[in-house]
Amino acid sequence: MNQLLRFTTAGSVDDGKSTLIGRLLYDSKSIFEDQLEAIQNSSSKKGFDYVDLSLLTDGLKSEREQGITIDVAYRYFATPKRKFVIADTPGHIQYTRNMVTGASTANLALILIDARKGLVEQTYRHSFIASLLKIPHIIVCVNKMDLVDFKQEVYDKITEEYRAFSSKLEVHDIQFVPISALTGDNVVNRSEKMSWYQGAALLYMLETVHIESDQNHIDSRFPVQYVVRPQSKENHDFRGYAGRVAGGIFRAGDEVISFPSGFKSRVKEIFSGSEKLKEAFAPMSVTMTLEDDIDVSRGDVIAKPNNHPQTEQDIDLMICWMNQKPVKPGEKFFIRHTTREVKGILKEIQYKMDINSLQRIENADQLVMNDIARVRIRTAQPLFFDSYRKNRITGSLIMIEEGTNETVGAGMII
Amino acid sequence: MNQYYLSHLKELESEAIFVIREVAAQFERPALLFSGGKDSIVLSYLSKKAFYPARIPFPLIHIDTGHNFPETMEYRDWLVKELGVNLIVGSVQESIDKGRVKEETGINASRNALQTVTLLDTIEAHKIDAAIGGARRDEEKARAKERFFSHRDEFGQWDPKNQRPELWNLFNGRKQIGEHFRVFPISNWTEMDVWQYLFTEKIAIPRLYFAHDREVIVRDGAILSTSPWLTLRTGETPAIKRVRFRTCGDMPITGAVESEADTMEKIIAEVAASRKTERGTRADDKRSETAMEDRKKSGYF
Repeated sequence: MNQLLRFTTAGSVDDGKSTLIGRLLYDSKSIFEDQLEAIQNSSSKKGFDYVDLSLLTDGLKSEREQGITIDVAYRYFATPKRKFVIADTPGHIQYTRNMVTGASTANLALILIDARKGLVEQTYRHSFIASLLKIPHIIVCVNKMDLVDFKQEVYDKITEEYRAFSSKLEVHDIQFVPISALTGDNVVNRSEKMSWYQGAALLYMLETVHIESDQNHIDSRFPVQYVVRPQSKENHDFRGYAGRVAGGIFRAGDEVISFPSGFKSRVKEIFSGSEKLKEAFAPMSVTMTLEDDIDVSRGDVIAKPNNHPQTEQDIDLMICWMNQKPVKPGEKFFIRHTTREVKGILKEIQYKMDINSLQRIENADQLVMNDIARVRIRTAQPLFFDSYRKNRITGSLIMIEEGTNETVGAGMII
Repeated sequence: MNQYYLSHLKELESEAIFVIREVAAQFERPALLFSGGKDSIVLSYLSKKAFYPARIPFPLIHIDTGHNFPETMEYRDWLVKELGVNLIVGSVQESIDKGRVKEETGINASRNALQTVTLLDTIEAHKIDAAIGGARRDEEKARAKERFFSHRDEFGQWDPKNQRPELWNLFNGRKQIGEHFRVFPISNWTEMDVWQYLFTEKIAIPRLYFAHDREVIVRDGAILSTSPWLTLRTGETPAIKRVRFRTCGDMPITGAVESEADTMEKIIAEVAASRKTERGTRADDKRSETAMEDRKKSGYF
């Protein structure tokens, strides 16, 4: 069964990120001929004797040259084993918010290190964001091996340094691979020039990394999204709760409890369209009916009696501030969490993170764009949540500014 | 032992249904933009699944250029009946008659560009606050950065430089009066995903998509169907060819491909194969001339 793997890349022009993406698209035969012809032409115009694959993702580069907003671009390719969605984000410090956005839906982060330069600030920053957003898998690509004569010593030194640094991060699955995106070594096919490297090529890693356990299948959570009431003759009494399972497994017959009401019932039936299912798990979109006629509406959470979400109004978060306008304690927002929207207030900034040194900055009185900080918020009504570490769906929220309606902050519940 | 993970198609389906339900929950007057093309057919099908056993809680909007394939219209009317939904038709002819737009003239005249005005007028007339569309991010570069929930100002404009960040599956549909959203539930699907989904879910599609005999002309490498709106140039003689369509737009501008694919399986094989010839040649290989020609013929871009 073909699975979907979402991964994020981050990097500057110089570390070969665009070339690597171009290489993956090219070698997996996901490039159209006219695209290829266009970049062949521009490559030869520039006097290159090779096809500059970085030109495939050129959109982003020209944007930077023009100094306008750089954003997340999504790209797609497939192999017979998996389908891939790449969230391609630029890597400079001012683009933290884009990296956070791209990372929020990713199962895997590709971190690129230039073999000549070793670990640089950007490496720490990307790795920290991957760990903050709880991307379950990291692949560190030591790139441009062709420029260091494919020497094992260079690779070993970099991986050793990275291991030492990453022990401070909360990432459990890190793999390393020496590559040259330009020449294609170890990208799709094993390199003949690095016989000392015993591992797999990058694409093989992407095709086989174990993502089946990335979803939480333990703590059952069903945020109700929409109440389906046909109000037709045939289905007069039908009342179904539509939503996407956020965690755990629900089966027909299971005893369930609804929040905030606390009413208990049993799952009667589970539908996907007209098809009746025996069970539903994350991330399936289904419609559930219950045995009892209890009052459940959008924003409520259905869980199991022995495993409740936390219910609080004072909530500690790590947030990434995403708006030009700085923010101070006391400001109010709409907080959107799963399918629930409540008002909230920023109570306190506990500390900011220096994402290059991973040091805490105490006594911050405001947050500016791209800041990452630990804060406390208070909501007008309780939220029903889990820690982000436990569940990325029930542990995340966004802050929306009243008035402009812009999404200004992204929060991960501690 | 049960498997607790989804196939990529089921995951894409689940994501799209989540987005569609989010629209129904967050907006007062949503509508689904129905073109008759395969992408909007998939959207209609996903919407049906999302609200079963209730009816789809929003209407379909069809922007009728007046230059449609008869097969598209037939399919549209069948589908509307099948789904039991309301259909809103925005007519480009009416926009022309009212003087809102001016018909293009000349041999390559098309109503393609005029549609935008009719669409925005229809959205305004029916006070639509969210228009669900079948656009995909793999279609072109600019679309690669489009959001699921794409904000439009009171003039219906998209500001790509100032989009709201979109994180996790938290969609911010808040807006001022007069503004609306375009929503793209199948953003993460590719052309191949759409075909595979149509196949695995056994979704009926217009006959146009299957190989059939048709009277056509070849103009600038494109195979065009004869129709009352196609003015023949001197030297152009219609001939019968076995063709199918990969997209389903306006009759005078939608190119066909020569094909023997008369079943869904054959179409998928053809799409897969054409991807290989279209995309698969190495830079240092000699490129097959015919592959390029086939591609241009298909009128894909």
